[in-house]
Amino acid sequence: MLAAAGIGLAKLRNLFTVVMLAGVYSLLSAGLFTVMDAVDVAFTEAAVGAGISTVLFLAALVLVGHREKKPVRAPVLPLVVVIVTGAALAWGMIDLPPFGDPDNPVHHHVADHYLQESGHEIGVPNVVTAVLASYRGYDTMGEATVVFTAVVGVLLLLGRGAQGRRTGPEAGTGLSEPEAGEGGP
Amino acid sequence: MSWAQSAFPWIGHVVANYNYWIVIVLMMTGFYVLISRGNLIKKLVGLNVFQTSVFLMYITMGKITGGTAPILGSHGEPVPGVLYSNPLPHVLILTAIVVGVATTSVGLALAVRIKEAYGTVEEDEINALDAEADS
Repeated sequence: MLAAAGIGLAKLRNLFTVVMLAGVYSLLSAGLFTVMDAVDVAFTEAAVGAGISTVLFLAALVLVGHREKKPVRAPVLPLVVVIVTGAALAWGMIDLPPFGDPDNPVHHHVADHYLQESGHEIGVPNVVTAVLASYRGYDTMGEATVVFTAVVGVLLLLGRGAQGRRTGPEAGTGLSEPEAGEGGP
Repeated sequence: MSWAQSAFPWIGHVVANYNYWIVIVLMMTGFYVLISRGNLIKKLVGLNVFQTSVFLMYITMGKITGGTAPILGSHGEPVPGVLYSNPLPHVLILTAIVVGVATTSVGLALAVRIKEAYGTVEEDEINALDAEADS
């Protein structure tokens, strides 16, 4: 079902439909995360992936319009690249450990320690929270830095544009030059 | 099924590890959208599909058959006899989802600026306008 939604995304050309389908896709993957025991990830995906992302995409679509142009040529080269990459991935996949096996190497480095000791060391029953906020706290701080940088970036990009529009093209900022080029012959 | 397994010994491996196949299909779908479509918004949607496939890969690696969500008992002790799935990939992917939305929002902001500057978000039209401006 997830794969079907993904392929639908690739085929559809009305971008509103695509964005709504992307929301459905996100919600489906949240359901799949629940099945895979990752409840924290599931509700983050449902809130952030299906919620905030969709709203952001819709807001952007309002500004840029929702029709996608028909591709001018048949996409043969991308298809070849994708098939070759997929084949390489499939080849690499053969060596990966079996699905769901408790003896996989992933489960025996620090995961045992987290599961056994985090109750005493941190005192939070949800192990994911304990690891996120304490053992890997620096990761979360880095994440906050990334989000902060992103917010600053968005504000710079859109805030400066609004200023350029207010002062008009004669202000001669770098941003209005491509517009002048477009208006030319 | 048994005859198939004796004829093709790899088929059992393929069926047992279907999670990786789903990841590959989704990842390649996202990759294809990313490189074949000219519309910048559509490219970002493809990038999101690609991201989700990576999330799925990590989460399915953390799954243990018969396991449950990694939440301890009421006294902060692991409940005896309960098998917990690996919490570490969950933490990594929680971070990755939030970072993914942050990068998506920057990408969308860039697309909006490009629309304001060029009047289009189609890659070939932007290239044509650039070539026109250069000549």
